[in-house]
Amino acid sequence: MASVTFLSQMFRDMRSQKLRTLLTMFGIIWGTSAVILLLSFGEGIHMNQRKSVHGLGEYIVIMWGGRTSQDFQGLPRNREIRFKEEDAALLQTVPHMKAVSAEYGQGGVKARVGKVDKLVRISACWPVFAEIRNLIPQEGSRFINDEDMKYRRRVVFLGTELAEELFPGQDAVGQYIHLNGVPFQVIGVMKQKEQDSSYNSRDTRMTFIPSTTFKTMFGREYLNNIVFKADEPKNVPQVISGVYEALGAKYKFAPDDKEALSMWDTSEMETFFNAFFGGFRIFLGVIGAFTLIVGGIGISNIMNVVVEERTKEIGIKMALGAKKRFVRTQFVLETLLLVTIGGLIGFLFSYAVISLFPLLHFEEYVGIPRMSFSVSVAAISILGLIGLVAGYFPARRASDLNPVEALRL
Amino acid sequence: MPNGNGTIINMQGIHKVYDTGKVKVDALKGIDLKIQRGTFAAIIGPSGSGKSTLMNILGCLDVPTDGVYEFNGERVDGLHHNRLAEIRNEQVGFVFQNFNLLPYATALENVELPLIFKGVPTKKRRERAVELLEKVGLGERVSHLAIELSGGEMQRVSIARALANNPSLILADEPTGNLDTKSGRAIIELFEELWQKGHTILIITHDPNIPQRTERVIHIKDGQLTENGNGAH
Ligand SMILES: Nc1ncnc2c1ncn2[C@@H]1O[C@H](COP(=O)(O)OP(=O)(O)OP(=O)(O)O)[C@@H](O)[C@H]1O
Ligand SMILES: [Mg+2]
Repeated sequence: MASVTFLSQMFRDMRSQKLRTLLTMFGIIWGTSAVILLLSFGEGIHMNQRKSVHGLGEYIVIMWGGRTSQDFQGLPRNREIRFKEEDAALLQTVPHMKAVSAEYGQGGVKARVGKVDKLVRISACWPVFAEIRNLIPQEGSRFINDEDMKYRRRVVFLGTELAEELFPGQDAVGQYIHLNGVPFQVIGVMKQKEQDSSYNSRDTRMTFIPSTTFKTMFGREYLNNIVFKADEPKNVPQVISGVYEALGAKYKFAPDDKEALSMWDTSEMETFFNAFFGGFRIFLGVIGAFTLIVGGIGISNIMNVVVEERTKEIGIKMALGAKKRFVRTQFVLETLLLVTIGGLIGFLFSYAVISLFPLLHFEEYVGIPRMSFSVSVAAISILGLIGLVAGYFPARRASDLNPVEALRL
Repeated sequence: MPNGNGTIINMQGIHKVYDTGKVKVDALKGIDLKIQRGTFAAIIGPSGSGKSTLMNILGCLDVPTDGVYEFNGERVDGLHHNRLAEIRNEQVGFVFQNFNLLPYATALENVELPLIFKGVPTKKRRERAVELLEKVGLGERVSHLAIELSGGEMQRVSIARALANNPSLILADEPTGNLDTKSGRAIIELFEELWQKGHTILIITHDPNIPQRTERVIHIKDGQLTENGNGAH
């Protein structure tokens, strides 16, 4: 049978039931929007969380000294372990190590620009520090480089907020700032970033200078800490044991003496959040799916009533030679069409909400909702399935009607 | 197929029992009926005597509980529902007392229905439906909705619809029952015209005027045929 005829017939049949069609559709529109919005917002929140975690650096480890807790090779326990800059260089040889930087820190430093004084914190590090800690220079500026290190240049890289406060409305790059009275030239300003976690203070309020310059200025021997990063997230544990071995050999402590070094493995946090949000997403997905299923049950119910109301019509069609198959197909298609149109409207509605949401500037709290491919595919498959199931039972009931009984009404 | 000789209907020992669970109703109690092609017959009998039941079985809309039914030389008792639907579609035209039109479809769309189920392409179908509506005198009402038509007009639409696939048998269950005398008479005249063109027509009726015009009268009482008037078997 020509499908065009079939469709036009179906539309005519549905048009005579405007209100019902509309109400039915509303359930599906609601269900679809619920699934998509829930999952999209979930995704946005997750991304936001991830970005904040990554503000510190992606799967990096920050390591401080510690105290030994085991006697080792005739040496007593409770020895303090501290490292020097050369130890950071030593760690570069650990297998799967991608980058290592030494870091000195000094708080309470007086920073002066013109007549403005501020107390700031200095982090003195290696060029590679920028890569490890996600410090991205703004357009037209740079981080510390090898030359700065070699010549112990008095150059400084500023956190975003601090640069804004010291040089309001101006380009800080190329200008001078006095740190404890010593002039430093600003070579770069950090690009704004989200950062939830930190040690010491947040990067946006920091000053970064070459470690060599710092050593000359403050005459420090020991580092505050070392930061390092493995080549891949899965290799982090291996790199950590490599670090214990390397430093254990040098400072004579057992490689399994966890207390000898103190480590903050940020990938643990990420693993936790990934698991948490994975669960969160499943939870939202299940809620959304149930909403849709309830919508589907609603549709199925309504279609059942529709079959009842249209019994006469079905009887007439059968008397005129419509086969069961025809009647069944019509009802399944009608339901599918309702679900499809409802789903489409739901999609468009969600899309509009998701597109307009960033205008409200809530991204700091919930991130920017995003409609992922997998979310769309999941919603479409659930919808299709619901359409088929919701349509099938009423359709079967319709086609199983006895034409004589149907006509008697 | 309307013309030609031979037996179109051959029923032997047809029984129909309605089993409603609580009670069993013996609506037809052994009907033997033979009808020749080209016959114009009236089926009369008191209310509840089984006329409609008989017509439904004759038209393959329902199946007998027992007995043998040959329609156009084909055993139709116990056929698969798909084949029965085909027979209803192509070989039987129904005309009902209450018209049974789709109320919110146009006259044209109503007449097109049997053609749609047969799979006639759109253009041919439209032409055929218009031609039929003109034939029953509704050339002007083609695109009116069924509910906008008068009773007489509705019955004409349903006759046009019954003729759509040029069936070998036209069955009418009290076709004038809901019409005033004048439009009732016009409908009967239309049937006579069709009969003269060679259609086989069975009319169930309470109207005393109709049996006078048909060549054969079939009496049914209490689920059994009592006599066949006007001879010709
Ligand atoms: N679906 C059914 N279930 C149970 N009993 C039925 C059913 N259809 C008809 N009957 C019974 O079968 C008998 C014959 O009914 P039928 O409708 O054939 O009579 P009829 O001659 O057409 O009557 P009327 O002139 O009133 O239309 C009646 O007793 C009726 O009650
Ligand atoms: Mg009856």
